[in-house]
Amino acid sequence: MSVNEGKELRIIGFLCNWCSYAGADTAGVGRFAQPTDLRIVRLPCTGRINPLFIVRAFMNGADGVLVSGCHPRDCHYSEGNFYARRRLEVLKALLPVIGVDPGRFEYTWVSASEGQRWRSVVTSFTEQVHALGPMPGFKSGTSLDMCLCHLDQPQVR
Amino acid sequence: MASSIDDLKSAIKKALPELDMVIAWAAGPDPLSHTPLFITDEADVERIEWDPRCSQNLAGYLPGLRGKKVGIVVKGCDARSLVELLQEKLIDREDVTIFGLHCTGAVDARPVRKALGSTRGLESVAVDGGTARFTVAGEAKTLPLAEALQKKCFTCTGADAEVCDHFIGEHGQPPQVTETPTTTLEELEAMSMEERLHFWEDQMTRCIRCYACRSACPLCVCQDHCAAQSREPHWVDQTDHPREKLMFQAIHALHTAGRCTECGECERACPMGLPIMTLKQALNRSIQDLFDYRAGTDPDQAPPLFEFREEEKNIKEREW
Ligand code: SF4
Ligand code: SF4
Ligand code: SF4
Repeated sequence: MSVNEGKELRIIGFLCNWCSYAGADTAGVGRFAQPTDLRIVRLPCTGRINPLFIVRAFMNGADGVLVSGCHPRDCHYSEGNFYARRRLEVLKALLPVIGVDPGRFEYTWVSASEGQRWRSVVTSFTEQVHALGPMPGFKSGTSLDMCLCHLDQPQVR
Repeated sequence: MASSIDDLKSAIKKALPELDMVIAWAAGPDPLSHTPLFITDEADVERIEWDPRCSQNLAGYLPGLRGKKVGIVVKGCDARSLVELLQEKLIDREDVTIFGLHCTGAVDARPVRKALGSTRGLESVAVDGGTARFTVAGEAKTLPLAEALQKKCFTCTGADAEVCDHFIGEHGQPPQVTETPTTTLEELEAMSMEERLHFWEDQMTRCIRCYACRSACPLCVCQDHCAAQSREPHWVDQTDHPREKLMFQAIHALHTAGRCTECGECERACPMGLPIMTLKQALNRSIQDLFDYRAGTDPDQAPPLFEFREEEKNIKEREW
């Protein structure tokens, strides 16, 4: 079952290896029904996440990005998620200024045993992104693209 | 400012024998912006200029001169860049001799050139009260500050160099600029998300990818290691698509997050006049709310992204 019959959106998940990736696995092993829009990228730690991964994902057409790691104080590397929390909060300030709706990005914490919680996070986030629809794209292209499209317009000389 | 400049010259002359170099401003090819002057010889001290045309933030030269004994002349905002460099241990306090001044505002060369028509024979520029005064070929002209000064001066948080070794002249208040135009940030706030994306798309279509914004930024110290040049990973591709140029602006904003003092050099250097400091201003606002922090104010404080708290007072995580 998918919450969104038919049309999937491109949602990227950056998950830490130790908690959230294992939590997503727990949800899978438990055969919990969940939306299938999410593409997961596994990373050693949320501290490894450069906020630019997320900006790049949006620039390349992602409709939503979800980051998930170990709960605070449970990080495999002790402090990776504490640094991540600050960086991702700052990223949250940048996205709406460049025109990415704040609802398209969330970060959260899911542990290895929280299969149910993983399911509800993915489900709510997917619904939230679907409510916003596909990410608007750029209208123009490179200068060359623009020249080529002007060639078809006789009024432009 | 005549007395300040004489005091400045004599203070520099006195300090020069102990220093490898002093960086100040001198008249340059552009009548509306003075050019950096690197003084190693006492005779050059006489070339120093000090007026609202001393726009360039000289602090950006300091990391590259690390290891030398350098004297530097700073305005209020330049001093904040310098403090940020100290906070990040990119320069050493004992090697820098700071000559601080009270600034009356820095001219924005582009609109002023337009408003004056011709700058040929521009003799003097001064700010007094709410007016900028220009003498062009013997003729006096005035402009309101909102048309003459850089946007950063409208919200200047301190026009006196707060951290310095020699303060020259009188202390004073930042320029009182009235009837300021709407800021780009305010314009953006009135737009929908999609309109904001297209706003930046339009702006970035004009970007010529010269990277002057990066070169002018006193905090862009990566030089050849800038993420924009890396092929592995390939953060930005080589096409002139607005998406790639916006990606670069996101890199600059995120790499200066919690560090940018809003010195305005990125925007001033941009040959296309793109409002790129807006992105950093937006981050700064939220950094102030999140971490109660303003870059470049306290040499002993660590920038907020260099550290963390286990319990973050102002971060409200989403409840699922
Ligand atoms: S921001 Fe303040 S210190 Fe800097 S140039 Fe403007 S008035 Fe002077
Ligand atoms: S990003 Fe712009 S305003 Fe900020 S420190 Fe760099 S040049 Fe100055
Ligand atoms: S200075 Fe302006 S034109 Fe040059 S790369 Fe930066 S934004 Fe683009």
